[in-house]
Amino acid sequence: MAGRAQIATKSSALIAMIADEDTVTGFLLAGVGNVDIRRKTNYLIIDSKTTVKAIEDAFKEFTTREDIAVVLISQYVANMIRFVVDSYNKPVPAILEIPSKDHPYDPAHDSVLSRVKYLFSAESVASGRR
Amino acid sequence: MSGQNQRLNVVPTVTMLGIMKARLVGATRGHALLKKKSDALTVQFRQILKKIVSTKESMGDIMKASSFALTEAKYVAGENIKHIVLENVQSASLKVRSRQENVAGVKLPRFEYFTEGETKNDLTGLARGGQQIQLCRAAYVKAIEVLVELASLQTSFLTLDEAIKTTNRRVNALENVVKPRLENTINYIKGELDELEREDFFRLKKIQGYKKREIEKQLLSARQFAEEQFAEKVSLQKGISINSDHNLLTGAMEKDEDIIF
Repeated sequence: MAGRAQIATKSSALIAMIADEDTVTGFLLAGVGNVDIRRKTNYLIIDSKTTVKAIEDAFKEFTTREDIAVVLISQYVANMIRFVVDSYNKPVPAILEIPSKDHPYDPAHDSVLSRVKYLFSAESVASGRR
Repeated sequence: MSGQNQRLNVVPTVTMLGIMKARLVGATRGHALLKKKSDALTVQFRQILKKIVSTKESMGDIMKASSFALTEAKYVAGENIKHIVLENVQSASLKVRSRQENVAGVKLPRFEYFTEGETKNDLTGLARGGQQIQLCRAAYVKAIEVLVELASLQTSFLTLDEAIKTTNRRVNALENVVKPRLENTINYIKGELDELEREDFFRLKKIQGYKKREIEKQLLSARQFAEEQFAEKVSLQKGISINSDHNLLTGAMEKDEDIIF
């Protein structure tokens, strides 16, 4: 129907990562890393010196790139750019929040689950009362 | 909203009435179908939500396991593997493919991951901890599997949400705007047609009454005339007309001077 976003059927798309060094290393070991001819990578390593602006720019770049289908972002990084993540509402690429070594997974802050908190009963995962 | 139940501006004819009735039937049927679609989508939505919640939990556990594997590999092979891994990144060997699935009339995207090319095996030949690195890699690949499935669930979830909102909007519009408007229009047309019929009926009755009165009047005057004619005939037969002797008397008094009295 006109007006609905067209989701492309692509045959190959990359997984982008914005996380701390250990997590990114692990995933690169598995083989998700990609460096193209122009030395552009599909991952961004966050350390204590990375500015919020740099993270925001990388996020925006990853979400506008055509060949990226999934963006994995550490939850504590997502908290730093929470306003950008929450205002993002396109279905592709999918934004997934992953835990990191020092910050275990916290469902109460997940941008997708918090949107549907009203659907949950009082003792479920997303309401954070576990 | 003022004018919420207005009617459409139409010419109140019989054809229009038929058209409006057909439209009302169409709107009613469409409303029922859309409601069913909305219910089906909501059922799917809740199912996906449940799956997402459970998958996210398991993802948390798997990530923890992979982190442990990585720490072990680092401990065994030394801290340098990080740099070696970073240097060795060329083109990705794990990628995702996206397909469209049709669920209850809505096109949902689904991701599946696939391996293309060879995984870089130069690292596993390391003298120290080749096996640990293999284990670590396997753990992370499993983590990627779960993550890709989670991503696909999440996108379907968001798309379904959008679709449900649109369908509900349409259902409400049909129920609260389109149908009342059509019903009002139909009532208006029926009212106008009835009034025209009443006008016609009234006119007919009036003309009938008028005609009847005319006929009665004529009958009355004809009868009077007939009576007068009959009376004249009778008096002539009897001798003098009823009117003529009166004239004789009055006429005689004026003309003859010799008659004193």
